[in-house]
Amino acid sequence: MIVEIRFLLFVSLLLGPELGRVASATPVEELADSSPTAVSILNTHCVRCHGPAQQLSGLRLDARGSVLDGGYSGPAIIPGDSDGSTLVQRLISDREGYRMPLGSPPLSGSQIDTIRSWTDQGAQWPEDAISPTEGDGSSPKDKDHWSFQPVVRPAIPPVRNRSWVRSPIDAFVLSRLETEGISPSREASREALFRRVNLDLTGLLPTPQEQKLFLLDNRSDAYEHLVNRLLASPHYGEKWARHWLDLARYADSDGYEKDLLRPHAWRWRQWVIDALNQDLPYDRFTLEQIAGDLLPDASQEQRVATGFLRSGLLNREAGVPRGQVRFEEVLDQTNTVATVWLGLTMGCAQCHDHKYDPTSQKQYYQFLAFFNEAQGREVDAPLPGEVGPYLKSLPRYREERRKLLENAQIFVSRLQERWEAMLVEADEHPGRHLDWDDILRGAILGELDRAMELLRMKPTDRSWRENDLLTRFFFRFPGPENAKDESLTERLKELGKKLGELDESFPDLSRASVVQAKPSQTHLALRGNYRSPGVVVRPATPDWLPPLGETGEPDRLGLARWLVRKDHPLTARVAVNRMWQELLGRGLVITSEDFGTQGERPSHPGLLDWLATEFMARGWSQKQLIRTIVISSTYRQSSRSRLQLEERDPENVLLARQNRLRLSAELIRDAALRVSGLLDTRIGGRSIRPAQPEWVSKLTYGKSAWQESQGRDRYRRGLYVLFKRSAPYPQMVNFDAPDSSTSVCRRERSNTVLQALNLLNDPVFMESARSLAIRILQEAPSSWEGRLDHAYRLCLGRLPSSRERERFRQFFTRQKEILEREPESVHQLTSGAVLEFQPLQVASWVAAGRAILNLDEFITRE
Amino acid sequence: MDWRHFQALQKRRDFLQSCASGIGIMALADLLAGDGLTAAPAVPANPLAPRPPHFAPKAKNLIFMFMEGGPSQYELFDEKPTLRRYHGKPLPASHTEGLEFAFIQPTASILASSFPFRSYGECGMRLSELIPHIGSCADDICLLRSMHTESFNHHPAQLSLFTGSIQLGRPSLGSWVLYGLGSESSNLPGFVVLTSGPRGTSGGSSNFASGFLPSHYQGTVFRQSGEPILYLGNPPGVSIPTQRAALDLITDLNRIRRDSTGDEEISSRISNYELAFRMQSAAPELTDLSQEPSSIREMYGLDSSDEEEKQFATNCLLARRMVERGVRFVLMMDAGWDDHTEINKKLPKRCRKVDRPTGALIKDLKQRGLLDETLIVFGGEFGRTPMVELRRPEEADSAGRDHQPSAYSLWMAGGGIKGGQVVGSTDDFGLRIQQDPIHVHDLQATLLHCLGMDHERLTYRYTGREFRLTDVAGKVVEKLLL
Repeated sequence: MIVEIRFLLFVSLLLGPELGRVASATPVEELADSSPTAVSILNTHCVRCHGPAQQLSGLRLDARGSVLDGGYSGPAIIPGDSDGSTLVQRLISDREGYRMPLGSPPLSGSQIDTIRSWTDQGAQWPEDAISPTEGDGSSPKDKDHWSFQPVVRPAIPPVRNRSWVRSPIDAFVLSRLETEGISPSREASREALFRRVNLDLTGLLPTPQEQKLFLLDNRSDAYEHLVNRLLASPHYGEKWARHWLDLARYADSDGYEKDLLRPHAWRWRQWVIDALNQDLPYDRFTLEQIAGDLLPDASQEQRVATGFLRSGLLNREAGVPRGQVRFEEVLDQTNTVATVWLGLTMGCAQCHDHKYDPTSQKQYYQFLAFFNEAQGREVDAPLPGEVGPYLKSLPRYREERRKLLENAQIFVSRLQERWEAMLVEADEHPGRHLDWDDILRGAILGELDRAMELLRMKPTDRSWRENDLLTRFFFRFPGPENAKDESLTERLKELGKKLGELDESFPDLSRASVVQAKPSQTHLALRGNYRSPGVVVRPATPDWLPPLGETGEPDRLGLARWLVRKDHPLTARVAVNRMWQELLGRGLVITSEDFGTQGERPSHPGLLDWLATEFMARGWSQKQLIRTIVISSTYRQSSRSRLQLEERDPENVLLARQNRLRLSAELIRDAALRVSGLLDTRIGGRSIRPAQPEWVSKLTYGKSAWQESQGRDRYRRGLYVLFKRSAPYPQMVNFDAPDSSTSVCRRERSNTVLQALNLLNDPVFMESARSLAIRILQEAPSSWEGRLDHAYRLCLGRLPSSRERERFRQFFTRQKEILEREPESVHQLTSGAVLEFQPLQVASWVAAGRAILNLDEFITRE
Repeated sequence: MDWRHFQALQKRRDFLQSCASGIGIMALADLLAGDGLTAAPAVPANPLAPRPPHFAPKAKNLIFMFMEGGPSQYELFDEKPTLRRYHGKPLPASHTEGLEFAFIQPTASILASSFPFRSYGECGMRLSELIPHIGSCADDICLLRSMHTESFNHHPAQLSLFTGSIQLGRPSLGSWVLYGLGSESSNLPGFVVLTSGPRGTSGGSSNFASGFLPSHYQGTVFRQSGEPILYLGNPPGVSIPTQRAALDLITDLNRIRRDSTGDEEISSRISNYELAFRMQSAAPELTDLSQEPSSIREMYGLDSSDEEEKQFATNCLLARRMVERGVRFVLMMDAGWDDHTEINKKLPKRCRKVDRPTGALIKDLKQRGLLDETLIVFGGEFGRTPMVELRRPEEADSAGRDHQPSAYSLWMAGGGIKGGQVVGSTDDFGLRIQQDPIHVHDLQATLLHCLGMDHERLTYRYTGREFRLTDVAGKVVEKLLL
């Protein structure tokens, strides 16, 4: 008893007068009743981490209700059953890191006994026990953070220099500049502005003819006409699709280990290009990608849109636990949607409550539950013109296939039946047939997404295509029994090959990777580990953002509708900030991926909110918003740095000038192919493979061959270059294309020696230089000066200065001297060229063209 | 840089310091217009410039010899006589609780090693007879028998080892090192990757990617023959004089542009073109092994009749030459140590291929006085099971072992490491660690420590959070250190 009295004194000292009063007001006799003492033990040792101030692992131990509700791992106690109560188990455990209280000495035996007997007696809570402090059960983290507050349309600030203001954007920028006593930059030259806006809206360098037309257009709104024309160009969709692909961590392969290709991935990319070109409003754009399948009477294209959720990494490595693969897939979907629409680093709450933002771990798994109630599927998604030829040839295809199987005189269906049965058995009894385990876990489960579902269906219940699909796998992995029969193995291989050829020779339908609803239960994963399931959670949005309730059901469609609520504080702000970033070089919130408490605050909060309200007011039209930005005086400024400015605002936060930006990896490719006349400007379609050294793909685990595209495909835009995650096309890596492992909101713009080697020596750029040379010679007047002018106009959109011209003259003299001594070089430089010109002349222009393609200015949007 | 250019820059700097007077860009442009612009480029703030470590380092360079796939500790590093007694029988039931493997069941029977161990060096380190040359360096080697990691699958485990996380997309060890210390070489990449083996590794480029660090810090793949670095060689028809003429033109035109735009980023581009030119001669010089004396060629096994040994030996010798030339981090990746089947046939062959060259590398570095400042790590992403994996049950020879992350072996030598010792031990079956568990995060913390860096201070801010190689864990293993 003395011990307990001392203990109470200690409690009152520790917890201050309020609790002290409660404890000391309790008659000493009543302490024999275990309940007040148990509560005070909890108060003393537990509530610091599991109370009103913080609820680690979602647990509060300061009221009976919350003790019974428990935390992320379930109820803390079961009244009447101390042995079965987690609380007791964790107090008595000797496992470091599990035993509570964490980081403190264990409770004494008598303290534990007190809690035990209190639990066994029903865990009554004394009515007069007052919690140390009243809490609202929420975490104290910053819910007042600026980005969680409603977007309110701000007043347009007054400015002195009103003539500079073309749009409210300029008023926001200028008012800040005037406060700082800085004047904006003058407008960029018409040539520079023309090149800039072409690159920003379509990603393509304009031709000299287009430039000439623009320069001759005397209308006062010639620039606005130009902007309209560019926004209507189908290349607009290509340019802006690339940004969206970065956000969607798009790639053409799985990523991990074998890194299998995803032959249907492009079909979703096609959807993005089309959606952007049609200016599908951002709210619809959102709904269709997150929940297109759940829309009433969902169309094929709306289902295809959900491919957004299917673009993440996938580990098909043999022997990987399927539960882990699935868990990682859903984590990735959750984190990606949180980044792209909310600008939140929610992924931090996978293992514990977010350290800085108000997202609790439970809220994270509630958000994740939306995506857990879905599964992937591959579906037909024919493009216009595909269905007719397919249907027409189908009977003949089936017939030829049947004949092929019959003529082979192998009882495929019987062998396959046995094969299927053995795989099902291997799945049900792992370890019984090691050799079948190997095929099942080593190949089939990894590569065939619905393997067990299909294998357990009767052949007659499957569609013929599902049966064909299994047959294809049977031919690839015929199993240990058949493998023993060498001649059978040989014949199966041969037959498999013939079937493959047959498939190739008939028209097929494009397919797409999509998601569809699938009921399933979601558990919170304790410490972020899927093997430690905690409490069951239902889909819900974080309670510190607007409620989900009014917008719909707690499913993906409800979530998507919630994201595009007009009173959502994040969605519009996050989206307009990214568009601003692409056009000005940095976001108003520079951490465009993080609008949480750890992100940067906006440089121009009023402008950000004005843009967000404008975006929604104009029906979420991305084209309208882009147009609003690019016609502003702010956008049109020169990008030249000014000494005074460099001192005051080295990062150009105040926007007293435009930014000079190195082109993205894809646009650098496009630019070189464009000026050389090689670029194939067809829109959409499958991914292509430009030439690359053979050893690049050989370094991968799969050693898969890189089959170079043929004909015009070789010259398609960078957007279409196949992105194999384990061995991306080197030029993409060298110029900072993202690795597609996670969503990327802003790319690096590095400046490296490998970039120099790439532009100097990559055969694609050499081929471009050669074609550029021929083009210059063919198109330009026969004077050397005229040719140099033409080269400059084509590549840089301007004429050379006298110094530049002089420098080129020296170069030609020097180059000619060198080449006169190297006839073999002349031959090599001009190879494949039409030689209506002197070889030496062609070779010199090839060398000059190569230099121009390597200029900083060529790969920069100024 | 000639003095006029230097002066111009100096004046520009003065302007920047006193530009309250409002002198505009035009003044600078005028000033620079008088510049002959023929000088070597100014070297701007270089992200790869050497940076001081957090404290005095024990090692300057690191050679990571990654044996990809999970080399078996039972055949090589961790002798287990008990396995012989249990050979063909299942584990005692008391040992199987909670076990899970990628392919086999916990009830699979035990497989004893077919290869004897013996004592090596003055320290008497017990190592397999399959690796006598490595064994002959035992007094320089610190053997870790208590490594552990999380994942029992290749790619996640390789990511753990090299990036500290099982998720793709984090920066690799080499990138962190380069980010922390910069490069000592002015004409070679600071982080080089050498590959060997019959195929690529499971981790592929993710084992040397820079993740969210700027791409300057990614590893550069070096090949033994042909073009050592991608796009290093001039295209057909571009001779050295033509290349030089082109670079001079590019540099001059870039300078003109820099002066008219005032964009200092162009200076970085100019110096990168110069570096590219230097690299074009430095890299082939590096890979030209013809000047190596025959004693060295023989020591490494460079002229071996076994093509695979030759390939590995060449990488070892290249690693030494790189270290000599200031390459900070050499990652050697030898693929294919994933012995699920025929371990008794395949493993000895693979050991023959790496043993002699690896021993030679240690001795060669030592005789040149480079071992003290070069840290060597040799090992895989996890170990293997004491139980057999039998994919073809009717063929006893086909026996192999499955993946085991809970306990495995790896060794280190050189810069800052106390050789001639064994750290850590495992139970009789090698399944569980008994003493001194060393997690991959601990290994990473220790490697960074040897290079003079505190793993908790080497951080990079990304998506609102400071990231580090060791995530939220990692302890320097003092026992390993001199």
